[in-house]
Amino acid sequence: MATHTGGLTAAAAVRIRGLHRSFTDDRPVLSGLDLTVEPGEFTALLGRSGSGKSTLLRALAGLDDVAKNGDASGTGEIAVPRQVSVVFQDSRLLPWQRVLGNVVLGLEGAGAKARGREALAEVGLAGRERAWPRELSGGEQQRVALARSLVREPELLLADEPFGALDALTRIKMHGLLRALHERHRPAVLLVTHDVDEAIVLADRVLVLDQGRLGTELTVDLDGRRDPSDPHFAAIRTELLAALGLAGGAEIPTADKEDDA
Amino acid sequence: MTAVETEPVRRTAPPEHDEAAGGRASRPRGKRRLGPGKAVPFGYLLGPLLLLGVWVWGSAQGWIDPRVLTAPWTVAATAWDLWESGRLGPDLLVSARRFALGLVFGVLAGLVLAIVSGLSRWGEAVVDGPVQIKRSIPNLALLPLLLLWFGIDENMKIITIALGVLIPIYLHTHNGLRSIDGRYAELAETLRLRPAAFIGRVVLPGALPGFFLGMRFAVTSSWLSLVVVEQVNATSGIGYMMLLAGTYGQTDVIIVGLVLYALLGLTSDTAVRIVQRRVLSWRRTLED
Repeated sequence: MATHTGGLTAAAAVRIRGLHRSFTDDRPVLSGLDLTVEPGEFTALLGRSGSGKSTLLRALAGLDDVAKNGDASGTGEIAVPRQVSVVFQDSRLLPWQRVLGNVVLGLEGAGAKARGREALAEVGLAGRERAWPRELSGGEQQRVALARSLVREPELLLADEPFGALDALTRIKMHGLLRALHERHRPAVLLVTHDVDEAIVLADRVLVLDQGRLGTELTVDLDGRRDPSDPHFAAIRTELLAALGLAGGAEIPTADKEDDA
Repeated sequence: MTAVETEPVRRTAPPEHDEAAGGRASRPRGKRRLGPGKAVPFGYLLGPLLLLGVWVWGSAQGWIDPRVLTAPWTVAATAWDLWESGRLGPDLLVSARRFALGLVFGVLAGLVLAIVSGLSRWGEAVVDGPVQIKRSIPNLALLPLLLLWFGIDENMKIITIALGVLIPIYLHTHNGLRSIDGRYAELAETLRLRPAAFIGRVVLPGALPGFFLGMRFAVTSSWLSLVVVEQVNATSGIGYMMLLAGTYGQTDVIIVGLVLYALLGLTSDTAVRIVQRRVLSWRRTLED
């Protein structure tokens, strides 16, 4: 079940070599991390709180400004495609822009609005273009954030616990939507999550980040609908939970939503 | 038997039950909402009208000596006479022009300075100090110097007004701008927003609530500066009219000037608030 990717492909969507990140207290957050994500591959990144998941994602998104910023230091090699989109845990919609304005934010050209409408229709929000963000539910806001990412036709989609703030039912719906969108647009996806089931339901490959390095790596070889009651699904879950330090497959407390350093 | 018993129970149901059935109208007594509640129609006029009422009542009862404070009807008659004789109209126009030009230039200058100082650390280092210094110097103290520099013509008056307007616009826009959630800047970075788009779509709309607060101070400040420049050195305008009236002991004309200032101040503040409510319709605050 566990497979380890070997050498590099020239056209990899993400290529990280020897990534080091540490904050002022000199405790390394990432120490010599290597990661390759193939184009179109859906990868989930699991890890305990403080394991450095978000740090890795922010480094990939170009948000940690190691060179400029005084409170982080790091070395390493990062290669990402030109078109990278980020979906945050909060939808991060500008409250003073209507829904369509948020989707096409920063896009130029005559076709931008039409593409924005299309993207909204794809996430099931056709007709809500003129709504204000505060008029939408949490799930709808996150769908707008997805549309905002998709309309830019990303080659790499980075998602930092995008469904962490949603209720369980909305979350299941969003899983289906994200899978469908991935099928249609085939971006490489790196999903950071603390939810083991979410990782198995969504990803082709699950990585576990432990002490600043990638530890366990599993390929999810489940076909079609992924059912948590499937024994194969349960076996993968047990293995991942063990990698996270929870022997016996105990439930990961879902209330744990604190941000990783 | 049981059916008979449930009947009275249902009738004496707890208040929550009533609320669910009857909606907002039958809100149980003693359960107060914490917001200020629904807006009173034309409520903003209530205070000024009460003030006017006291003035009318006091004058009619003879409690207010006309030599101290002219009766409202005398003031109205005087205003009419001044308008008829063609003395009020031109003065009012001159004052309004000074107010408007001073406001426009002051707002523009304040906005530009706030953006420069708000978006760049170097800009802040250069701009913020002088603005804070100007803030602590009253316009009245600056007037002799401004007179020397810009003479006694219209330019000097407009510059003086603009200097007064600039301060609240700068302070509140700068504060509004700096209070914008840093996560939006992060988002703008991941969306690769150009600087112009970042200012136009994120910074300025985000700073608008602060700007409007500054604007309300600015219109008032503009009228205040107007009074100062028109009473210190002018040959036209409402302030000059009042100054002249003071020399001749015409209390009624002075009051006409004061009432005009009050009306103009109230009107411009109301105008700002109406625009503010329209432009900031995306917000949901205790105001709504």
